[in-house]
Amino acid sequence: MQLAVLMGFLLAAVAPLLHHWFGGHTARVIAAYPALVAVWLLGLAPEILAGETLLLEWAWVPGLDISLTFFIDGLSWLFAMLITVIGAMVLVYAGEYLRGHRDLARFLVIITAFMMSMLGLVLADNLVTLFVFWELTSITSYLLIGFNHTDPEARKSALQGLFVTAGGGLALLAGFAMLGVAGDSWSLVELNAQGEALREHALYAPLLVCVLLGAFTKSAQFPFHFWLPNAMAAPTPVSAYLHSATMVKAGVYLLARLHPSLGGTELWVITLSLVGALTMATGAFLAIQHTNIKKLLAYSTVMALGTLTMLLGIGTDGALTAFVVFLLAHSLYKGALFMVAGILDHETGTKDVTAMGGLRSLMPRTAVVAAVAAVSLAGLPPLLGFLGKELMFKAVLEAEAWRWLILLLAFTAAFLTLAVAAVVVLRPFAGKRRETPNTPHDPPGDMLVGPALLAGLSLIFGLAPGLLDGLVSVTASGIGASEVSAHLTLWHGVNLPLILSLASLALGILVFRHWDGVRSALGRLEPLMARGPEACYEGMMRGLVTVAEWQTRMLQNGYIRNYLVMTLLVLLGLVGHALFFRHSPSFPFSLDAYFHEVVTAGLMVAGAVTACVMRSRLAAVAAVGIMGFSIALTFVLFSAPDLAITQLLVETLTVILLVLVLFRLPRFATLSTTMERLRDLVVACLVGTMVTLLMLSVLGGERLPRISDYMVENSQPLGHGHNIVNVILVDFRALDTLGEMFVLALAAIGVHAMMRFHAEEYDAKPSAPSERYDG
Amino acid sequence: MEPLMAVTIGILFATAIYMMLRRSIVKLVIGLMLLSNAANLLIFVTAGLTRGAPPLVPPGMSAPEGAVADPLPQALVLTAIVIAFGVLSFAVVLVRRAWEIVRADDLDKMKDTDT
Repeated sequence: MQLAVLMGFLLAAVAPLLHHWFGGHTARVIAAYPALVAVWLLGLAPEILAGETLLLEWAWVPGLDISLTFFIDGLSWLFAMLITVIGAMVLVYAGEYLRGHRDLARFLVIITAFMMSMLGLVLADNLVTLFVFWELTSITSYLLIGFNHTDPEARKSALQGLFVTAGGGLALLAGFAMLGVAGDSWSLVELNAQGEALREHALYAPLLVCVLLGAFTKSAQFPFHFWLPNAMAAPTPVSAYLHSATMVKAGVYLLARLHPSLGGTELWVITLSLVGALTMATGAFLAIQHTNIKKLLAYSTVMALGTLTMLLGIGTDGALTAFVVFLLAHSLYKGALFMVAGILDHETGTKDVTAMGGLRSLMPRTAVVAAVAAVSLAGLPPLLGFLGKELMFKAVLEAEAWRWLILLLAFTAAFLTLAVAAVVVLRPFAGKRRETPNTPHDPPGDMLVGPALLAGLSLIFGLAPGLLDGLVSVTASGIGASEVSAHLTLWHGVNLPLILSLASLALGILVFRHWDGVRSALGRLEPLMARGPEACYEGMMRGLVTVAEWQTRMLQNGYIRNYLVMTLLVLLGLVGHALFFRHSPSFPFSLDAYFHEVVTAGLMVAGAVTACVMRSRLAAVAAVGIMGFSIALTFVLFSAPDLAITQLLVETLTVILLVLVLFRLPRFATLSTTMERLRDLVVACLVGTMVTLLMLSVLGGERLPRISDYMVENSQPLGHGHNIVNVILVDFRALDTLGEMFVLALAAIGVHAMMRFHAEEYDAKPSAPSERYDG
Repeated sequence: MEPLMAVTIGILFATAIYMMLRRSIVKLVIGLMLLSNAANLLIFVTAGLTRGAPPLVPPGMSAPEGAVADPLPQALVLTAIVIAFGVLSFAVVLVRRAWEIVRADDLDKMKDTDT
């Protein structure tokens, strides 16, 4: 399986090449790959349905306890099936949808890479591996939302999606780190086996909050829901695949996966069920206000994601069963509806449902597919969506915390969703024929086969829900339900959920009939909406830019001395703190010095200070020379003949160099004001004092054994040299000397290049630099 | 002797920093020279000063008799002196070129990337 995922990434990399060979058929060729993986997964079905968990071990970075181990249980299998099957459909669909698009190859690269990342995400056993795949899906999603990169709106939406999901990703990383520490394991299988200990752990609350932040941002839960509708700037196949069927479910997947280890506490139940229910209602409420078919569907996806979160929050056996059924139902109908939306957009040239009408006679096959999928969305029998909704109502009635509030929100969401479903299918296909920019007709088979298959599956599973019994039981047990054996049937008899369904049907139809009125009434809430979470996001982004500008102005202002002063002050602060607060320094001051040594030191100081106050360049260079030669003298006095020789040579060369160049340089100028000089003097004295104190404290401190004893003893026996310093340079530390030679060579090349470079030519013809190297 | 040298080195650092904070580019170069000398001396002195015992092995022997000055810091400082020279030559030539092209010796006037 790991190989399958890695091969998939390889396939993504060679997609442009395939596009070169196969032209318009590339998408179909690539689609064969997920289809193959799906067939392979189907072969595993008997073992999965028997409740087995397949562990495919694969070491990756054993030293850090990171493995590429995959494990397949009911939940992973269900997700992997959705990813590969819908993925294959979407690829075929996209090949037609983007036919002739000049960036089709790029699209195929990214979407294939996404597919594999998503597959890796739902199969990974290791937290770190899961996180890597998680971030990969965020990045590929960013690239896909911004696919039409010439459109500023698309770029902005892409960035927004990335910021929100990657920001949550950071929180998730922190959460995973705490989870790994608390559970002393990075393996999900092992973590899920010790749920009790994790829930009692002191880190439980912070780690849960971090993990929830990651999952909520990814799955567009309130108040992070705003990025998902904006992500509709992506081409429709992407919306169908990433932003309804798979990626946005990654957060829900993670919550389901961690439910056995982290779920069931009061914090979990209340947070998830309330946030979920709120998201449900918000999504449905916002959906009904839009006329853009993709936005309608996007907000209803937000609603569905909220439902899934809420069901995980309630966490009873019934809720987990409902979770699995609803998840499957939603992926099937929403994938199909998005693809239908793409067909409508493609054929009519508009996304506005109010501009369409009476298309059923022009596009009969599309109309049938849309109708089946929409009935499932509406939650009407005999489709899988009905089952999902019934089970959801049943689960909500079992909720322990805030039952009536959640029920109210869920009921609102249900009847609004029903209205949305009606709008999506009845507006374009029924009613009177309206003129659209293009004259529509049924699309080619490639675009219809995907939605038809997904809608067909909704119908088959709806009519014969018994087919799903095994999968639902295994999956629900895998995410923490006690051994359930689900028996799904359409008819449960007359009970409260059915009555709620009927009520929502009636209300939904009412809303649909007065949709135009409802929309204009809700339009009056616009000022309120303008203060929503998206406005907060915008404000944060503006604030970020302002702060960045301010600190660039402060720190990166182009004045070299400001940089220096800043660096030095930080250095002073850090060193000073370490010196005085981290250990108590002792400053010994014993003066056992001979007269000539004191004179040498005095010469150094005199040279340096003179260099500072001189107004003539030549005098300053001479003063520095005096200091340099005094240093050479110090080396002689204190047993360093080699240093003395080197210093003398270098000092002589330096003085010659400076004198040669000096007269081509500007004269000293007095540029600073007295205040500036005073400030610089203070900084300089502070640094000087710090250096002195530092040295004194080092000298007064304890001496560690010298590592050079080894070199002293072995210089002659091993290095065959009598001058120990030389042996160190060319033998013991020969690599350092090699590095030094590199630095000198680089400096020499730089000097040479600059000497050959003539300013006049630079001004005259900056684009023809080669000529002057001829002479 | 070391405490006295510590004070000396502190003064050298102070002069170096002061010169590097000037706006005139030639003074910056002088500051650079002072700084590299001061840093070399710091490494040398911090290792401890030894009078009259250079790290040499007398002919015919395999190790020096008695204690000698620590050779390792000397080797490090030797490398540093040479590198400082390389850096200084580069800086001097760079400053000269900049002066030729920009004709400004005030660092504050060189704060933009466009000349």
